[in-house]
Amino acid sequence: MKKTIRQYILGNLLFTEDESALQDNDSFLSGGIIDSTGVMEIILFIEDTFNIKVNDDEMLPANLDSVDNLVAFVTRKQAVAA
Amino acid sequence: MSRLLQDTLLATAARYPNHTALVVGDVRMNYREVLHYACRLAHALRDRGVRRGDRVAIFMGNTWQCAASIFGVLLAGGVFVAINVHTKRDKLAFILRDADARVLLTEPHLARVFEPVAEQMPMLRVLCTADTNASPVGAENLDDVLADMPTTTPPQQAITLDLASLIYTSGTTGDPKGVMHTHQSLSFVLASINEYLGFSQHDRLFSALPLNFGYGLFQWFSAVHAGATLVLEHSFTYPSQVFKRMRDEEVTSFASVPTVFAMMLEQDAKQPLCFPSVRLITNAAAALPAEFIPGIMRLFPEAALYKMYGQTECIRGAYLEPALAEVKLDSVGRAIPGTELLLLGEDGQMVGEGEVGILHMRGPHIMRGYWNLPEKTAEVLVAGLLPGEFLLKTGDLFRMDADGHFYFVARSDEIIKSRGEKVSPAEVENAIYSLPAVLEVLVVGVPDRLLGEAVCAFVAVREGETLNEQQIKRICNERLENYMVPKHVLLVSELPRTVNGKLSRKLVMEQYAALLNELN
Repeated sequence: MKKTIRQYILGNLLFTEDESALQDNDSFLSGGIIDSTGVMEIILFIEDTFNIKVNDDEMLPANLDSVDNLVAFVTRKQAVAA
Repeated sequence: MSRLLQDTLLATAARYPNHTALVVGDVRMNYREVLHYACRLAHALRDRGVRRGDRVAIFMGNTWQCAASIFGVLLAGGVFVAINVHTKRDKLAFILRDADARVLLTEPHLARVFEPVAEQMPMLRVLCTADTNASPVGAENLDDVLADMPTTTPPQQAITLDLASLIYTSGTTGDPKGVMHTHQSLSFVLASINEYLGFSQHDRLFSALPLNFGYGLFQWFSAVHAGATLVLEHSFTYPSQVFKRMRDEEVTSFASVPTVFAMMLEQDAKQPLCFPSVRLITNAAAALPAEFIPGIMRLFPEAALYKMYGQTECIRGAYLEPALAEVKLDSVGRAIPGTELLLLGEDGQMVGEGEVGILHMRGPHIMRGYWNLPEKTAEVLVAGLLPGEFLLKTGDLFRMDADGHFYFVARSDEIIKSRGEKVSPAEVENAIYSLPAVLEVLVVGVPDRLLGEAVCAFVAVREGETLNEQQIKRICNERLENYMVPKHVLLVSELPRTVNGKLSRKLVMEQYAALLNELN
């Protein structure tokens, strides 16, 4: 899952294949990696890819603002759904 | 009598020292604390050689340090240059050089952008706020520096005709232009805005608009002028966090742009939103689509909606009385108090009612000109009604109805308005041309429900070379602010030219109209 998420962020938000451009705990927001439209794209991506539904009250940096946070969030959502 | 912009802070801090000035994240500051921080910074800047009229760049996000530093620079006698936090290396270097900034105030998480730039500019002093990491190379720790400084107000030498700010804005030629505003122009427009919006010390203004942008900056100035509280967010990136903050802080004023209203309406359709504490909402930076208005009134049932129009060169030019928001759906109203709007034809003559003309503004709010660009200045500051007076030629086409209300028709230049931000097609084209495989490129704006206009790049590749969409977006992402990165990249075999052989944005839109339609 981490690999898929990293590939998406690198390819679609940083437009690169250079793995060193993104650390797993880099904040997307402070690092200037995403802005307000970027977060919507990330949500659509994880909803489609991992078959989960992100509620509006879950749209928080703690869930979405780094690769690590995304992995933890998606894992939690999938566990609840299972 | 308030003469200089910083006098608003001095007066408010004297009158309401314990009143909350700023709420940013977990930080709440009262007016005394804001003033003390600003005075300490002013002394630190003066100790580092900043003198009357010197430019000090502030490269920060929407932090309390950014808000307070603006007044610190003014109290030092300097001219503040607030730079968008998403600015990339080359543009930061351009602005610092163009403005001839003496000091850069910044934040450690931006080090990868400013460090290589500052290394090339040995005369530039860098002061960086502290966090848990060590200070970036070559930067002084701002918090340590300020700890030793007095909180007294330094002696003020500036007069109202002196520059207060350079606000950089995208130009049609690609390089950003520094819009020169004096203490007089900014103080005047501030008083005019607060007059028609009627802010008081009881108001709690909410803003997630960047402080480097006139509309965002003036949320802070309006709050200080009125003795009100500004609740400041970094951005609208996490809407539910923003909405919670608006409710928890019981904000009374909400400043926004059409893209954010569109986003809120989409959210509301899924999970209803309501903000009953808000008494006024404002829209500026791009025209508010009339079909949004009923939905907005539902989200803010107690609020008056002010549709406004302005540009960096005057900050604000027009507003529509809220009572007319649902009557004159497409109008931006009339001139702000103390100013005048004129519609002139290409020949400089007034056009009649209902006819389209170029909007000109008359009043003390118009800029002094573009920094170091006398020719560009002469194109937009044209002879006024009295000797030595100038009108601001906005470049926007408007018409006026029988009641004297103005309606936006079109821009007369090729600037794209995406998410309320100005995007210069030439600036995006220059970034794409830096790829050697690119033969030709044209950048245009295409209609987009969320963004207003989306940036769209047509790229023709040199024979024998290959290039994909991702490579083009990557170079843009490396060089440009996020909002300038094209949403659409269309690779085409060749681009159309006019009879004179010039690449034409108009022709490319005509030739590929079918392709552009598919994008929507």
